[in-house]
Amino acid sequence: MKVIELQNVNKTFHRSGGQKLLRHYLEDILGKSDPERFFALKDVSFSVQDAESIAVIGANGAGKSTLLSLVTGLVPPSTGTVTVSGRAAALLDLGSGFHPDLTGRENIILNASLLGFSRKQAYGLYDSIVEFSELDDFIKEPLRTYSNGMMLRLAFSVAVNLDPEILIIDEVLAVGDQKFQAKCTEKIFQIRNQGKTILCVSHVSPTLRELCDRALWLDHGQLVMDGPIREVIEAYEGRVTRQA
Amino acid sequence: MWKGDYLFLLQNLIVKDFKIRYRNMSLGVFWSLLNPLVMMAALTFVFTAVFPNNQIENFPIFVLCGLVPFNFFTVAWQNGTISVANNAGLIKRVPVPREIVPIATVLSTCVHLGIQIGLLLVLVVVFGRGVNWNWLWLPVVWGLEILFVCGLTLMTSALDVYIRDVRYVVESACTLLFWMVPVFYAIHSVPQSYANLYQFNPLAALILALRTILIDGDAPTATLLLKLTFSSTLVFALGLIVFHRLKRQFFDYL
Repeated sequence: MKVIELQNVNKTFHRSGGQKLLRHYLEDILGKSDPERFFALKDVSFSVQDAESIAVIGANGAGKSTLLSLVTGLVPPSTGTVTVSGRAAALLDLGSGFHPDLTGRENIILNASLLGFSRKQAYGLYDSIVEFSELDDFIKEPLRTYSNGMMLRLAFSVAVNLDPEILIIDEVLAVGDQKFQAKCTEKIFQIRNQGKTILCVSHVSPTLRELCDRALWLDHGQLVMDGPIREVIEAYEGRVTRQA
Repeated sequence: MWKGDYLFLLQNLIVKDFKIRYRNMSLGVFWSLLNPLVMMAALTFVFTAVFPNNQIENFPIFVLCGLVPFNFFTVAWQNGTISVANNAGLIKRVPVPREIVPIATVLSTCVHLGIQIGLLLVLVVVFGRGVNWNWLWLPVVWGLEILFVCGLTLMTSALDVYIRDVRYVVESACTLLFWMVPVFYAIHSVPQSYANLYQFNPLAALILALRTILIDGDAPTATLLLKLTFSSTLVFALGLIVFHRLKRQFFDYL
């Protein structure tokens, strides 16, 4: 079964970063300016089967994060279609739904509801989230008293314990101290072994090679290569060293 | 796409807004009571001592019937307008239905609106006419008002993403509105040709309805209710349409 499918997807952005002032709109209407657009993704097509784990690799600005935003439904494609079935939990920017004045507990419940959970599910999973985060002593304190590492630990615990059908990871495997990192990696492997789909954007690392069986290589918004992870990484590293 | 529990999310967002507004305040919810009382005292002083006004009896309650809806309207509209741009982190990272952000902001203002309505009703019972059956109209007129503010906020919050000046337009409109709705003057003082127009402004209509119910003890007139229903529903529908059309590009502009 296909869980994610992209067909001839293009995504363009304004060069000005979108922000326009009134005079820019007037210029557009009067036909004075030629809006400069660039392709973040250009004619990308691929599909992901159930229980596959896929790595997305490429240099900075290759369109990796745009790809993840499209898959999570945050942004519509400019042209082409994106089909996703199943609930995706994105570890895009950990803790984006968090508020510093709320306690750890309140943030967990709020974040669960943002990710689409019902009251019953959220409170049912609450204990396992706290246990995983090892932040039991601080859970009733406001988040602003947490250290950065503690906050990331909490955010990671929420996302992975909410039992996502598709787990989307964006360079966030480096959470907390070494012990907690090992625990996170183990948890992600566990999710994979449960037959969940994983889409992972990360720098090439031994963990990535082990976690994913397939890789997509993006370069300047184009899908250059799609195949078994070992071959793709080899080709990618070969090209990178040749350029250097 | 996001398929979750809308009510649970809405409730969480409302509670969040309410908590972060009051958590670090020593006086907490007391502020909701203090603000209208101070304004009521100041306006009463001006219009009974400085410009004596013999037409309006029981001026404090009269003016409070204007202040409570006016305060709710301006606070909800202004906070709602900036809500989408201020929650950029959320909008860009979590695929929640976007409409829920401005609507939750408006509804969280309703929490302290409830407290202010409580204050108004207590004062009416103690110093005014007391309870009557027409109080049953209160939820209807307030409901329509909330619908109206939600519609207006959906429109301006979406526009504010594209043109950030919208928030200042809204701010200025609110300042102007204090004079253009009958907060501290009676509708009979307005020339007839303008007075009919007032009823199409849902905020003015609400204030008039509140005074009819709480001070005169009558039911609001059918024409006023019809006009209020008509403009609130229209604005809400328009708000949904505008927001829906503009939300596709939010990601690029935030």
